[in-house]
Amino acid sequence: MSLLQVEGLTKTFAGLTAVDSVDIAVADRVFLGIIGPNGAGKTTLFSLLAGSQPPTAGRVVFDDVDITGWSAQKVARAGLVRTFQLMRPFESMSVLENVTIASLAQRSRKDARRHALGVLERVQLAQYAGTSSGSLPTAGLKRLELARALAMEPRMILLDEVLAGLVPAERAPMIELLRELHGDGLTVMFVEHIMAAVMALSERLVVMHDGRVLTQGVPAEVIAEPQVVEAYLGEDY
Amino acid sequence: MTSTTTQGEGPTRFVRVGRHPTTVVSVTVVLLLAAVFAVGGKDNGLVTQSIVTGLLLGGVYALVSIGLTLIFGVLGVVNFAQGSMLTMSMYVVYALVSGPGLPVYLATLLAIPVMFAFGMFVQHFLLNRLTSTGSHEGPLLVTLGLQLLIANVLLMIFSGRPKSVGTPFDGSFEMLGAIASYSRVIAFAGAVLVGIALTLVLRRTSLGLSIRAVAANAQGAALVGVNVRRVYALTFGIGAASVAVAGGLMTPFTSLTPSVGEQFTILAFVIVVLGGLGSVLGATIGGLVIGLVQTVGALYLPGTGSLILVFAVFVMVLFLRPQGLYGAK
Repeated sequence: MSLLQVEGLTKTFAGLTAVDSVDIAVADRVFLGIIGPNGAGKTTLFSLLAGSQPPTAGRVVFDDVDITGWSAQKVARAGLVRTFQLMRPFESMSVLENVTIASLAQRSRKDARRHALGVLERVQLAQYAGTSSGSLPTAGLKRLELARALAMEPRMILLDEVLAGLVPAERAPMIELLRELHGDGLTVMFVEHIMAAVMALSERLVVMHDGRVLTQGVPAEVIAEPQVVEAYLGEDY
Repeated sequence: MTSTTTQGEGPTRFVRVGRHPTTVVSVTVVLLLAAVFAVGGKDNGLVTQSIVTGLLLGGVYALVSIGLTLIFGVLGVVNFAQGSMLTMSMYVVYALVSGPGLPVYLATLLAIPVMFAFGMFVQHFLLNRLTSTGSHEGPLLVTLGLQLLIANVLLMIFSGRPKSVGTPFDGSFEMLGAIASYSRVIAFAGAVLVGIALTLVLRRTSLGLSIRAVAANAQGAALVGVNVRRVYALTFGIGAASVAVAGGLMTPFTSLTPSVGEQFTILAFVIVVLGGLGSVLGATIGGLVIGLVQTVGALYLPGTGSLILVFAVFVMVLFLRPQGLYGAK
């Protein structure tokens, strides 16, 4: 049984089709990677799933509920939460307040604060709880983005290039953290360009090109397909 | 944690004037006032009176500006109807005093929920669709229309003849060698209380956290489950309720006409930008500074000439600190 079912999802901007009849099914507790060249429609797909933009056509079913056209706020409260490649913290607020606001979706103010502190411990940001979020370095902002998503206790999380901007020494602990979260039962869909991380984490892989799903399946088999090599990986991979 | 900052997506840091804007503003104001006393060439009693009058006037400005800074800072709406909403709240108080015969300060308390509901109504039914799409000119035109509508409805109901409202605390007293009227001191105290109450709401409550999150990034707030439209409506409501406090407390020393509040609109915008968009503390400090500049400046540039000094201070602060005294860069 799929936790997320995407059927014929399409988004057109003034004649340009950014996402074209995409069909994806994500089973519960699966780690699904999405790869593809820039402009393939990956981030737009996330925006459609998270309710940031309404689709032009198609259907999104999450946990057996048709959430097509729902607002971002309603989708997030339903348990489907996204992060951004370019981190957007609430800069005038502390790290703890940034996470507390997300915890408030499910809790009272007092419980939310306690829960937020627990989430910060989980992503190893607890020592920065009182710091202004605007002063965090990139690695901290990436973890804060993740913490805000986790604070909503999602069933599924959409991670948009969570490793982008990190130096290699920062990537390994982040990959380990993602693996742990998945091990705890979180369903993950992540867009990523760093193939080592994609191959290390993904149980299923979707390749997008020109707004369409080029192919999908088991990662090792998918990356061996000639059309994937030609469209994205290149012959040197 | 390794400190790396990628190009174009690095964190924005807040810049402070010196150690803290409040310290810098306080020291500057004290030094300037000391200079006026020492070498200003004016009678000390007159200068003291101007300072007390300026602070009390500044309290009124702060009250009007606090509501505007929330609406401007959170919703990004240039609310041209702010002055008319101030007038409207004064007439609500006038109606409650002249009709059922309520005391003016009790009528002010009753005007607060009325104006809060009015603000919620305006945002929910007239502005929400426009603010959600990020339109700037749409809300501007709507509030401009609202200003005309309020002024003309008030004119239709109450006519253009000036009205006045009495107060149980009539009269004045001597303070630091200057004369201050009770009603103006009460208005000043009201400004301080509203400023403190709103600051506590913004810092300590779930609603305050949501308002600050929406002000920082509405889309991001929606993605963590905040009902952005509800926050918009509540913010406009709180802004209108603050105006109700201002209107009610100003009624005892204001001659009411349907356009009386409009004179405050431009000054309120000056104060809001000076203090920093969305900053309640900035609006309060900015109001007091502008009140002082206007009255002490009037010693040297009588009549409307003191407004030249007000705008000179405004331009100078923005030149040195474009985001305003307490604004985020």
